[in-house]
Parts: sequence; structure tokens; C-alpha cells
Amino acid sequence: MPAAFVGDEAAEPVTKTPPSTRKRKLVDSITTSATSQPPATIELPKRKASKTTTASVHDANADAEQAALPATPQTLSSDKPMDSDDDLNSVASSGMLGEAMDDSSVDFDAADSDDDGLEDFQDDESAFESQPKDLRPAKKAFEVDFNVYSPGDIQHQQDRQVEEVATLLEQPAEQTAILLRFMSWNKERLIEQYMDNQEEVLDKAGLGANMSSNPPRLEAIDGFTCDICCEDEPGLQSFAMNCGHRFCVDCYRQYLGQKIREEGEAARIKCPGDGCNKVMDAKSLDLLVTSDLTDRYHELLMRTYVDDKENLKWCPAPNCVYAVECGVKRRDLTRTVPTVNCDCKHAFCFGCTLADHQPCPCALVRKWLKKCEDDSETANWISANTKECPKCGSTIEKNGGCNHMTCRKCRHEFCWMCMGLWSEHGTSWYNCNRFEEKSGTDARDAQASSRKSLERYLHYYNRYANHEQSAKLDKDIFHKTEKKMQLLQSSSGMSWIEVQFLEAASQALQQCRQTLKWTYAFAYYLARNNQTEIFEDNQKDLEMAVENLSEMFEKNTDQLAGLKVDMMDKTSYCMRRRVILLDDTAQRLKEEGWTFNVDLK
Amino acid sequence: MAGNKRIMKELGEIQSNPPDGVSISLPSESDFNVWHATISGPSDSVYAGGNWKVEITLPKEYPFKPPQLSFKTKIYHPNVTNDERGAMCLGMLRADEWKPPNKIADVLKLVRAVMAAPQPEDAVETSIAEQFRNNRKEFDKIAKEWVNKHAK
Repeated sequence: MPAAFVGDEAAEPVTKTPPSTRKRKLVDSITTSATSQPPATIELPKRKASKTTTASVHDANADAEQAALPATPQTLSSDKPMDSDDDLNSVASSGMLGEAMDDSSVDFDAADSDDDGLEDFQDDESAFESQPKDLRPAKKAFEVDFNVYSPGDIQHQQDRQVEEVATLLEQPAEQTAILLRFMSWNKERLIEQYMDNQEEVLDKAGLGANMSSNPPRLEAIDGFTCDICCEDEPGLQSFAMNCGHRFCVDCYRQYLGQKIREEGEAARIKCPGDGCNKVMDAKSLDLLVTSDLTDRYHELLMRTYVDDKENLKWCPAPNCVYAVECGVKRRDLTRTVPTVNCDCKHAFCFGCTLADHQPCPCALVRKWLKKCEDDSETANWISANTKECPKCGSTIEKNGGCNHMTCRKCRHEFCWMCMGLWSEHGTSWYNCNRFEEKSGTDARDAQASSRKSLERYLHYYNRYANHEQSAKLDKDIFHKTEKKMQLLQSSSGMSWIEVQFLEAASQALQQCRQTLKWTYAFAYYLARNNQTEIFEDNQKDLEMAVENLSEMFEKNTDQLAGLKVDMMDKTSYCMRRRVILLDDTAQRLKEEGWTFNVDLK
Repeated sequence: MAGNKRIMKELGEIQSNPPDGVSISLPSESDFNVWHATISGPSDSVYAGGNWKVEITLPKEYPFKPPQLSFKTKIYHPNVTNDERGAMCLGMLRADEWKPPNKIADVLKLVRAVMAAPQPEDAVETSIAEQFRNNRKEFDKIAKEWVNKHAK
């Protein structure tokens, strides 16, 4: 890591803010602030005045809600050195990736204590102005610490770790790199096992006896026949690692080409010798890998490094080259939804690498997506809309008004309402009043429960799908609006920067709809109790805010200029509702306060 | 390049000194990349008495990629796909385990070993594997029926 990343214990690194932090700041500033002139309709409470504010953002409406909400205690200790927790949480500050985070899970409780720095910033911050560097937004319950790394950063980290361990193990860098890759970059485990039984570790990693005394080289050996191509001409250049499996250079190169180019292997290419598990070391590879392969080879090595590290993930966005580091572990995923924002602007879940799905935990997302995909819903539809003939079991859909059904297959006559024998109905033709009779109750019960569960699912699914669809439409409208923005600039004499409120509004809509979408999947799995109501209230408030903003987007361009202030207000209100919802949900998730009707594990 | 000399050498070796229970022929004089093997069932297995035609296709990258096997005679076996391909893919036949010095003769030895001792944990036909593990009697019965029906 560049030195600028190394934070001083107590002081904020003033020289340079990691890009990720900057971005998070920006996002937060959108959520927490409105415009340079705070709109009249929304009062931002002065945080300085009351240190006990429970949620850092709330408005007049939220006040009422706060009375109903159980207070969320927040430790704001002013005597604490600023950002000390942040230094603990942010691995980037140590520059030694993995060490700080490898053994500790994310610190759930330390999240709230670095608020002191932003009291003033709340009041006068503008979303469209760059942030003063010494102000940092408070970390909300739904936020996690993360860092974004470029390929160069990652290379640097690898080199650094190799160097460090190499000194400790007194091994050359190439061998150390193989050992580290062999141990999936778990330094501690490598050092421990190496100290325990050096020979065994070297052997298992495919290194065998020391290589430094005998560097790899090509040789021409008399009487040599290549076991792969069967060439035996004199002077044939050949190569063998110290396992002794010797092949001609051409075959060796073709073998490596096959492995690297087609099989995407790099870190664990084995000796081509039959049954030999010796892993090819970097020096031998350097000697043999042809120049057209080196780029691919190094890219693959980098890939394995990130894949091996539990706290590193590639950004899943197409063509994005960044990797994100986050300390949230798999076992934490029942208590947190770790959304990270890559420098390419893609927000994704560090747990499952799907697009941001807050507030819904990964396990529920998986279940939900599977459910939506599953044909079982088709089956559900069938069972809700059709009935089986009580006699032969054929599936029947009612196509007329009369309840007197005659099965086309077995000619059985029954009543659609009560499923009982039609003959028992006597003369009450169109009126089924036989509600307690046994012949029909079982069939009715099964029918009713299936219909109910389908209706419940459809309720949530329709809303989920609607937000997904609306987000797309919002985006379409924005793209059209974007063109209008240029018109607006010329017609109203507004500067480019002044029409940016449209873009901010569009982004807010996208983000809020994404959140809303997942609130419905979340709610589907939520068991009904008091907390569900709070959740649904938050959901409703956000939904109303979003729809209000969305509506404004459909206005004509010539009206837009006049709506600027209103639109900015609504944008910031949306974002604040979103923060409130996410914060509350995440806080409760952290405390394991939600009751789900499925298992989260 | 690397392939041709190697293939010719292997072919010569295998024809003069074939592995137990295997004979090799070339279906086409001009194409050395498709071999036909006739494999007899190992004597102490349920496949005893049967003969299977197996087509071996050497990819153009051979020997850097493994040969592909296809049972042309149907066989009831957990490690052979029960379709028209009759493919077998385990051990050294898998791309990640294949090593260029491995020979067709080794592959054929493997095939016979797997016929003698199926590997249900590496199965391609899971239902046959399950039967092999849990209802050996029934498995043996069907396998023998197939031998009589297809492999004689």
C-alpha cells in the first residue's frame, strides 16, 4: 500500500483518502444532505445540540416514528480519539492485507463510535460539492468497511507478503510464493506448519529439496528421448525440475501453453511427469513460459490470489478490474448484509457477489430467487386455480358458472364448491350449503391453504417485480431526460452543474427501488410480529417517497427547471427514508432480533 | 508435430505388445487419431465372457489432452454414460489429471481395472452407482443381462 494509506493512530490521514472512502462519503453525503441551502420543508436537527440523537438522519416525520421505535443506543464518546475504531476496522490502514482481518470477524459493535467528526458537516454539506477531507460520515448499521484495490495494489500486496514470509522462512521469494499459494495465502498456517515440519511442507507444496543451489536451466543430454513426443535427435534441449522428469523444451512449452491458455491454471501447474505432484516454481516457469503467455500467466496468478483470500473478492461487474476487500466472513452473513461499492460504481454484496440486495440477507435472497425461478410456483398456480376430480384425480379447471361438475374423463358428478357428490345435493342446485359435510371438507382445506400461500407469495412477488420493472423505466426516462438536460441548459440558462439534480434524483430512484425490491423478498420470509409492523411502516414511507419522486420525473422538460428545489428535497428525503429503513433493519439483524419463517443458515 | 511420431510409436508398441484382454485396430488407414479397441470383460467380474468395442479418439492436441473414450457396445456400469456416447471419464482421462507421458495402453489398463472394480463415488450414472452400492445383487443381475444381450 502507498504510505498515504497508513493512518496515524489518532490523526486522520490528511494527505490522501482512499478512493473507496471518498466514494462512500459521497454516497453518504447524498443520503444525509440536501442542497447548499437546506430546503425549508425539511428540518435537519443540529447534531451538535444533542449528542444523543438516535439516528443521525431523521426528519419531522421520523420524529413521530422515533417515539414508537425502540431507541437505538449509540455510543458517542467525545473523549475518544477520533477514528480510532476506523483504524481498527480498516485494513487498508495497515497496508498488510489479511493480517488484521484474517482472524477477527467484523467488529459489529465498534461501528458507531466515530461520529464526532461529522456534526457540522450534517448541516451545511452539499451533495454537489467536494467533501472536506477531514470529515467522515458516520458508519451506519448497514454499512461495512471495505477497500477497493487495483490490480497494481494487489500485485504489491502479494509481493509484500512474499517478501515478509521469505525472510522468516529463509527461503527464496519464488519458493515462498509457491508455499503461500499452496497454503491459500494463509501466512500463519504456513509459518506454523513450516516450523513444525519443514520437509513435509516443502514436499507437499511440490518443492522438495532446496533449489537455490541448483537454479533451473535447459540442458542437452546424450541419449535422451522425450517421453511425450518420442523425439531423440542429438542435442535436443530438455528441461527437468529436481524431481527428474525430463522432457524436451517444445513439449514442456506446449504443456504449459495448454495449462495456462486453455485450462486457466497458473499457481498450481504440476510437473508433466506421470504421477508427479511437484508444482512448477516461478523460476522454472520464467525460463519456459514464452513471452506471449506471460501476461495471461501473471493475470491468472493474480486471480488465484484474490480467489484464495477470504477477505478479497473481484468486482463482478463486466470488465471491471478491481478487487474489493472486506472483513465480513461467511458466518457473519446471518447478521449482516455487506454491500460494498466498487470504484467502477457497481454496488454488490460481498457475501454472495450478487448486486446489492440490502436489507435482505444472502440466505433469503438465495431462497427467494430460487422460489421465483422454481416451477413449483406453476404448480402452485395449478393447485390454486384448478381442482382434482374427487374420483379419478384428473385436473379440472372450471370454465363455466355452474357448480355442477361432470368429469369429462370418468363422468363423476360433483359440486365445485364443496367437492361432495352432486347427488347428495338434492334440489339445492345453485346453492351449495353443505359446509360441514365430511365428503368435501378435506378437499376444501387443501385447496384453501394452497390458495392462501400462493396469494401471499404473489403479493410480495408482484411488488418485488414491480420495483425491478419501475427501476428500468425510471432509468429509461432518465436517459431521455438526460438529453433534455442539455436543452434545459440552453433554454433556462442554467449551467451544467445546476442541472445535475436530475442525475442525483435518478440515482436515488435506482438505489431506493433496488432497496424496496428486496424489502419485499425480506418481508415474505418475515414472521409476523410487532417488528414486522415497524418494518412495513418504514417500507411504506420509503415507497411513498419514491413514488412521489418518480412522478416528478414524468413532467415535461420545461417544467423541470421550476421543480428543481422540490425535486432536490424529494431526492434527499428518499435517500433519508432509505437510510432509516436500512439502518433499522440492519441493526435488528445484527442483534438477531428478526424472526423469520425459514432457517437463515 | 509432437503428436505424430508419438502416436505411431504407441500404435506400434500396442500392436506388438497389447495389454491383457485388449486388441487394437485402426478403422481407417489414413486417420491415426481414431482407434478401435476390443476389450474383453475381466474374468472375475460380472462382465466376464463379454467383448466391448471401444472407440478411442485422440484430440489434435494429443498427448497434451487426454484421449476420449466411447463404448460402442452398451455396458451397464456406473462409470460409463448410458447413452449413445457411452463415455467414460475418470482418473487419467480427466483433463486435469491427464499427463502427457500417459499412454493409450495405460488408459486401456485403467478401463479394464474399472470394469473389474467400478468406482461408484466417481459415477456418471448415479442411479446405477446407487444400485451398485445398495443392491449389488440386482446390479449384478442387470449387468449380466446386458452382457448377454449386447456384448456377445
